[in-house]
Amino acid sequence: MKSFTYERARSPGEAASASARVQGAKFIAGGTNLLDLMKLQIETPAHLIDVNDLGLDTIEPLPNGGLRVGALVRNTDLAADARVRRDYGVLSRALLAGASGQLRNKATTAGNLLQRTRCPYFYDTNQPCNKRQPGSGCSAIGGINRQHAIVGSSDACIATHPSDMAVALRALDAEVETVSADGKTRTIPMADFHKLPGDTPHVETALAPNELITGVTLPPPVGGTQIYRKVRDRASYAFALVSVAAIVQRDGSGRVAVGGVAHKPWRMDAADAALPRGAKAVTAQLFADAKPTQQNAFKLPLAERTLAAALAKAKG
Amino acid sequence: MREDFELNMSRRGLLAAGAASAAACAAPSVAGAQQSRPDATTTKVSLNVNGETRALDLDTRTTLLDALRESLHLTGTKKGCDHGQCGACTVIVEGRRINSCLTLAVMHEGDKITTVEGLGTPQNLHPMQAAFIKHDGFQCGYCTPGQICSAVAVLDEIKAGIPSHVSADLNATMELTTDELRERMSGNICRCGAYSNIVEAITEVAGRKA
Repeated sequence: MKSFTYERARSPGEAASASARVQGAKFIAGGTNLLDLMKLQIETPAHLIDVNDLGLDTIEPLPNGGLRVGALVRNTDLAADARVRRDYGVLSRALLAGASGQLRNKATTAGNLLQRTRCPYFYDTNQPCNKRQPGSGCSAIGGINRQHAIVGSSDACIATHPSDMAVALRALDAEVETVSADGKTRTIPMADFHKLPGDTPHVETALAPNELITGVTLPPPVGGTQIYRKVRDRASYAFALVSVAAIVQRDGSGRVAVGGVAHKPWRMDAADAALPRGAKAVTAQLFADAKPTQQNAFKLPLAERTLAAALAKAKG
Repeated sequence: MREDFELNMSRRGLLAAGAASAAACAAPSVAGAQQSRPDATTTKVSLNVNGETRALDLDTRTTLLDALRESLHLTGTKKGCDHGQCGACTVIVEGRRINSCLTLAVMHEGDKITTVEGLGTPQNLHPMQAAFIKHDGFQCGYCTPGQICSAVAVLDEIKAGIPSHVSADLNATMELTTDELRERMSGNICRCGAYSNIVEAITEVAGRKA
């Protein structure tokens, strides 16, 4: 790990302005992904701003009937919150499908959104990677890419976003609240928060430099049967090959977001509209432009079958 | 003094002595915790480890795991992968199990930390330690301190009603089944494959038959 200086910020504004003041600064909350990457010198911050004392660790009801989840709410606490379990079951389920008990106790809501891909070439500093070292090339294209993206990828990068939580937040139409170094706040819909790789796979989110996530808002409960179905190589503690977050209403309408297939949670209006016609119709829309590799083409039928299983369960 | 102390103690003896041995090896004490200087790459931190306040002056890079093992000589907590994948480094911080390899010691100012040495001693075993011995919940023993810390916390998590991936109903009372224990313990890898005996040990402590 490279040497770094360390400070504890006392307010969100102070954290954001400290980040603008010190070159090479990074925020640290749970640290479960950042420290992992720092040990491998994939992340090499010169300064860490500890944001754990910012008081952003509560879940508050909103006047519109929704919930505001503080950026520092731990994954365990968000999954176990009685309101989330009752009204946003897909979010509880997605969180519980991710990582291990130890990691969920430490990992935060904001950090989960900002976690980096687990592409093995991103993790191997001996290999070219456009995300780690822009312009160096992509080792996954033509390499071992069974786990990688099948849709929305580019000639520069075929990495996936690893979060389960983000897939549920996308299905729920959650929004991300931030504060900038100049004190300005803004709200970013989950649909726009994560970027497709394009020519700049190192730019992963809509966040500006030094912008700090302060929370995530959940719209008023939408009801329906909420299911998160994750398919992975082990029964527990593994990243998704494919995951499906589905919210299905009694009349068969609803929403579907898919994880493990793209650089961001994958959801389309046209696919949601096709939901009453079944899994095949939905995945035909979602993956019309898919470009799988030879090794991960299995994700196309797997996504359809995983959604079919979720829809069958929703029918009861 | 530190060298003499280590030379005169067997590895197991050092583990057994637990907090007492660490106290003898403590870094020079400092008067209260201080904020690190913004230009410093070392910082003072005070941890409450197994009921004792321990003041340390550490490189900011020091993980909680390395602080426990290298600075406080509490070597019960093990370093396996050092990347949060194996669970050998599991300790209980402020009542919650975490991977001590994926957190910085400086981020734990004033925190209450329980390691396997703080759960019990050879003369006065924690019920979970006794159950692991009785049920042969290990072979090489390397993952065992992490397994035991994790298992103790898992029972508290079930009691607190925290659901898991295999809980059939998110809103029902959490049950203590074999499936629940296997899922909740999935962050602790045992390469000897003692899993079934580990589940039996935890089940006994929970007051149920496996």
